[in-house]
Amino acid sequence: MKKILFVEDESALQKTFGDILKREGYEVVSAMDGELGLKLAKSKKPDLILLDLILPKMDGFGVLEKIKEDPETKEIPVIILTNIGRMEEISRALELGAKTYLVKANYTLQEVVEKVKKALEG
Amino acid sequence: MAPIAKKILESLNPLTSCKKWGVSLWQCPQFLFLLMGVIIIGVILATYSIAAYQVGDPKIVALVVLVIAFVLLILDFIITRSFERMAEASRMKTEFISVVSHQLRSPLTNLRYSLELLISGKLGKIQEKQLEYFKILEENTQRMGDLINDLLTVSRIETGRLPLKKEEISLGALTKKVILKFKPLADASSVRVELRAPKNLPKVLSDSLWLEQIVENLLDNAIRYIKNKGEVKIKIRRGAKKIYFEIQDNGVGIPKEEQKFIFQKFFRSENVLKYQTEGSGLGLYINKQILKLLGGEIGFSSETNKGSTFWFTMPIKS
Repeated sequence: MKKILFVEDESALQKTFGDILKREGYEVVSAMDGELGLKLAKSKKPDLILLDLILPKMDGFGVLEKIKEDPETKEIPVIILTNIGRMEEISRALELGAKTYLVKANYTLQEVVEKVKKALEG
Repeated sequence: MAPIAKKILESLNPLTSCKKWGVSLWQCPQFLFLLMGVIIIGVILATYSIAAYQVGDPKIVALVVLVIAFVLLILDFIITRSFERMAEASRMKTEFISVVSHQLRSPLTNLRYSLELLISGKLGKIQEKQLEYFKILEENTQRMGDLINDLLTVSRIETGRLPLKKEEISLGALTKKVILKFKPLADASSVRVELRAPKNLPKVLSDSLWLEQIVENLLDNAIRYIKNKGEVKIKIRRGAKKIYFEIQDNGVGIPKEEQKFIFQKFFRSENVLKYQTEGSGLGLYINKQILKLLGGEIGFSSETNKGSTFWFTMPIKS
């Protein structure tokens, strides 16, 4: 079973995405802040990370940077899922090594799940 | 005559505009300028009379003038400060809109995703009656999302932070795409949409995403404001240096007295409110501001119960 780490501080989103991803047959590991997210990325070795940018303790950019610096975690694909839709943030995240950048307002739940599936296949 | 005279008096009365800005008299530029003017006239008269009739000593006159100049300097300083305060208030308002709309996005996303999951039936079967209500929730969540996006666009326009591209675009092809997208709405509203554009129109230099949104907004307005059956005619033609886009409907039209407000933020015609309630009153304001940034113009003519014709121009790629 493929494992997904979901780093997101909104509990409602943790629930909706947790529910739908589990239904699709994935194991979901949740973190409500950046520090815990980074710790779990190292200890749980997920197959994919869904990462928000605005997070308590350490923001998404910090988490992304640390994940990509560490040889043990740098191969894990990271999908950014956030409400920030500005060009600066998008290019910064992609430069830091994010695989995909999704603005929540522009995607449905199902579309995000499709992106997750695609990222896990490729 | 009386109401006009009253209006003129009102516009001259600084108290009215100070009340509108929500500032006290001593922070209101209109009042302070008036006060300064009155003081200057008073001082000139006083100095004249002192110099001419009271004292022969020019030193006293010079001293009086000096004191008065000093008073005027202080007033000047207060006026400058009051302008600063007003600019600050306007900046805070724009920032407020930006912060509020960003903050509203998160709960709205939660709502949208939860609804999607419920409607999908993955959590259990939903009865038809329940689905009806879920659909109402979904539709209104969409409307809230659209409104928040419009507010964000407005705050980006007002802070000069709206990113725009300049690319070569075929306005004809773009319009065809938009018409196709709106076919379901046009069919449902029993409105026929016709496009007349000559072949070999030169390309325009513009931002494709925003240009598409402008055409969408104009077509959406044209269809929505047609009461029963109707027709929307779109014409595109070339001018010397620009392309003209014109969209004509036979809808409810805009009453004459409201026409001057049509491009203002949040303005919604009473006429329109009678027929339908959707819309934020931001569409045409955003259109006008973005067209200005893209080097184009927008205008319209309209008659109640006959319909409206909106047009805009876009520079040809040279």
